[in-house]
Parts: sequence; structure tokens; C-alpha cells
Amino acid sequence: MDLLEFARGPALQWAAYILVAGTIWRIVGIVLLEKKPDYSEPRKSGGYPAAIKVIWTRAFTAEPFAKATLYPKMMAYVMHIGLFMVIFLFTPHIVFFEGWTGFDWPGLPNSVIFFLGVATVVSGVALLVRRLTNPVLKLISNFDDYFSWFVTLLPVVTGLLIPVRALFRYEDLLAIHILSVALLLIWLPFGKLGHTFLVFVTRGTTGMVFERRGAKT
Amino acid sequence: MKNKPTVGEILQAKGVSRRGFLKYCATTASLLALPPAMIPRIAKAIESARRPSVIWLSFQECTGCTESLTRSAAPTVEGLIFDAISLDYHHTLQAASGEQAEAARHAAMEENEGGYLVLVDGSIPMGNPGFSTIAGISNYDMLMETVAGAAAVVSIGTCAAFGGIPGANPNPTGAVSVGDLVKDKPVINVPGCPPIPMVMTAVLTQFLTFGQLPEVDRYGRPLAFFGQTIHDRCYRRPFYEQGKFANSFDDEGAKAGWCLYKLGCKGPTTYNACATVKWNQGTSFPIESGHPCLGCSEPDFWDKGGFYEPLSTGKFGSGAKVAGAAAAGVALGAVAAVAGRRRQAKYTKEA
Repeated sequence: MDLLEFARGPALQWAAYILVAGTIWRIVGIVLLEKKPDYSEPRKSGGYPAAIKVIWTRAFTAEPFAKATLYPKMMAYVMHIGLFMVIFLFTPHIVFFEGWTGFDWPGLPNSVIFFLGVATVVSGVALLVRRLTNPVLKLISNFDDYFSWFVTLLPVVTGLLIPVRALFRYEDLLAIHILSVALLLIWLPFGKLGHTFLVFVTRGTTGMVFERRGAKT
Repeated sequence: MKNKPTVGEILQAKGVSRRGFLKYCATTASLLALPPAMIPRIAKAIESARRPSVIWLSFQECTGCTESLTRSAAPTVEGLIFDAISLDYHHTLQAASGEQAEAARHAAMEENEGGYLVLVDGSIPMGNPGFSTIAGISNYDMLMETVAGAAAVVSIGTCAAFGGIPGANPNPTGAVSVGDLVKDKPVINVPGCPPIPMVMTAVLTQFLTFGQLPEVDRYGRPLAFFGQTIHDRCYRRPFYEQGKFANSFDDEGAKAGWCLYKLGCKGPTTYNACATVKWNQGTSFPIESGHPCLGCSEPDFWDKGGFYEPLSTGKFGSGAKVAGAAAAGVALGAVAAVAGRRRQAKYTKEA
């Protein structure tokens, strides 16, 4: 078994098992937690409309912070949108998802994907530089922040190296790329990357709690 | 040996023109990535070479490699070059059989001790000597006896180079490649199922010209032919870059000649010269005929998933295992929740 076969086979299989088990573990663990008793009188009814409202409004910066957070917000948007498009609109990736789910959809030309990949990496580096240079941000950052950044951008960088044929042969680069994806899948449920599947749950919960307590959402 | 005619004399006798011969030399120099200044040297070396002795051993194979070389539509210069070597033993092509054939092999080995080439097609069964024998001699014994006095060994085809189809899972005969057994002689691999005739003869030409085998990659393949992937040199590559793919063998994309990646093409991971040298006197190659590359010049190509399964398809194993992982997740989540509730209860009590 060569490196590519290992990456496509056992490495990806175990990464998928850990991803599925870890994700369900996190979700079930949260869902089954006992709700804390809230003794305060509800200011508003809260409920799902409040959850949906906050899911939407938290996608944008609140007015008082708009100017101060414009740069990281823009970079974060570029990184997230770029990452999403690279993952879901690159044809070999679509073929990968088709093999898994049975569904396929149209992809983008490789040159566009390459540009998006570069934009994703550049914005990711910009965000890291900010994290390292902003004293407050640096103080509150821990291993999780840096490792999550690393495992997120590693597959993009290794993916960009494939058409460039940098340092290694195509099949080795492809194997390294798949192994880096496996690392991402393994880490995803356990660190801050868990926001991939928890972001709307946590935002919605925050919205419901805040609304009930009369906070501005 | 001095009485033997030179290759040049033989080609002349066969009616190969000077122009045709030099054209072959120029093509070979180009294929081997040699400078044009080397063309006269190649021509001189081939012309003056006394027919080198070649022993061709066929083991667990389908004879496709020999067919590839001999069944070209018209006699080619490459074919004549092969005629011009002294093919002293080839049990498919030779008239002699049985003891006479074996006597010819032994005679060639003795006369050309240390200087003959051994070409092998087919893998060698190590499970049981009786799986494949020639004149009552096991493939292993014949190979080791023959290569003992050889100058070099050329593994022709994927079976000889990597084990090939006989070596595919579950490998019932315990098939191994020539390189797995021959460690004390230079072994060069010319894989393919079958290999391109021009590649076979170019390797021999290089040996005739320089007295040494060409530079090889990590799988022992000549870099001049196996240095780039099919994908890199494929004329359909622009469609891959544009995101234009055939989704089935008869859709509009297939008719328009778009990329066959989604139909399982292994071009991106296959190193061979099909896209440049092509087949049948440069007529076409499989992708040009509308079929994805199978990756036949790569080790274990038979066991690397379905031929029509795209390269980027993941192998997630069975759905049952994924369901098992999900069940494990539910169990772990429940345990975590119970532990969380206990902690909550403890803190609430303390408060």
C-alpha cells in the first residue's frame, strides 16, 4: 500500500469515524445537559424567532464595533467564503462528495478555485498576524486557536501545491493533501472548529436566552 | 561474434533508407531528452553495433507485451531494430522448442557471458515452482540462471516490473516482480499493459549507444518516458482546467471530447508516454479514443479501486462502520451528559 492508497483508504476512513463519533458526542452531550433554572421573570417570550433573529444579526458587527472590527471581519469573511467555495465548488471535491452522498452539482474552473484558495490562505495569514500582534487577542489565545488555524489552512496550502507540483510528485502531494484533510476531520469536533456544526446552535441559544432576559439582540 | 553483421548492415539489407534510419535516431534522441548533437552518435553506435545478444524470458504473462512489439500495422524501424538484435531465445517467437530451445539459450549465455541483455515479461510465481514452468524448469530457476551472466535486465510490461495482474490481490501464485528477485544486476522497468513499442526499443537503443541504461525514477522506469504524467501531457487537460467533464460515455461532454476525470481517468497519477508517443504509429492513445486511462504502468494498478471510480473518490469503508461510529458518539455523548448533570447537581447543592 503506497502513501496515496493509505491516505484515501485507512486514514480517511478513521478520520471519518472519529469525525462522526466526535460530532455526535459533542451534540448529544450538549443536548442532554440539564437546563439551568432561570428564576428571573421573562421580559419577552424568546423562543425560536429570537434564535433565528440572532443567527442572522450575529453575521454582522454591531454598530458600535463596526469600524474597529472591519478589517478582521472582512478577512474572516474572505477566509470562510473562500474556504466554502474551494471545498464545495472544486470539481474533484464535488466528485468526492458525490461518491459519499450520491449528489453532484456544477463546479467552478480551476483558475477561479486557485484564486479563491490563495485568497483564503492570505486572509488566514492576515488573521493570524492580527492575533499575534494584538496584545489582548494574543493574551486570550491558546493552543486550540493556533492549532485550529493550522489544521484549517493546511489542506488549502497542500491543495494549492498540487497543480504547482511543488517539491513532490502529484500523487505524493495528493496523498499529503488528503492526510491534511484527515487531520482536519479528526480535530474538527473537539476544538474550536466545532463551531462548524455548533455555530447556529450556540447563536440560537444565545438569542433565546438574551431575548428572554430583555437584552438587545 | 566479429563475423556477425552490424545492425547498420542488417537495416540496409532490410531496405531501411538512410533518411528513415536517421529519422528514427532523431526521434529516439528526442524521446530520451538528448541534445541533437547526440543523433550522429546514436546513428554511429547503432550502425556499428554487432548484433547484441538478447534473451527474452516469458513467465506469468499474456503475451500482450510481445504482441505490442510485433503486431504493429506495418513494419516499423523500431521493429527492424528488434530484428537486428540477436534475439537468441524467445519461446513465443522462436521456431525451436523443448531441448533445442533451451540449448539455444545456454549457447547464447555462454557465447556472450557478461554482455547479453535479458528481457523479461511476466511475473515470477513464488508460491509453488509448479505454477509456471518452461521445459520443466521453474520460472524462478530459469530467471536466476539466465541473469547470472547478463549485463543488464529489462522488465518488459507491468507484470515483470511490478507483479501486474498475476500479482493482484489475492495473488494466488505468490507472484513477484523481476526487481524483487534480481538484486545484483541493473534492472530497468518498462511497465505498461502492454508497454509502448517505441519505449522498449528506445531503452535498447540507449544501451546500444552508451553501453548503459537510462536514468530511472523511483520505480526503476526510464525518466525520459515516465517522467511526466499522462494528465500533464493530455490534450484534454485544458477541459480539466476549465471544469468541463464528461459525466458518462455518451453524454454531450463525451461527444465534445471533454476531460474523463469523472469517468475514472487515472492520468493524473500515471507516468507514461502514451499522450506523447501514442500508439499504432502515433494514431492515438486510450484517452483520445474516449476511454479513461487505467494507470496500467503504475504498481498495483489492478488493486487501486474501480477503473471507472474517479481518483478523488474517498474510501469510507462500510456504512455499518460509520453507523457504529455514530452509535459510539451517542453513547459517549450520553455519558458526557450524565457526568455534566452530576457536576451541575453538585455545584447547585454547594451553592
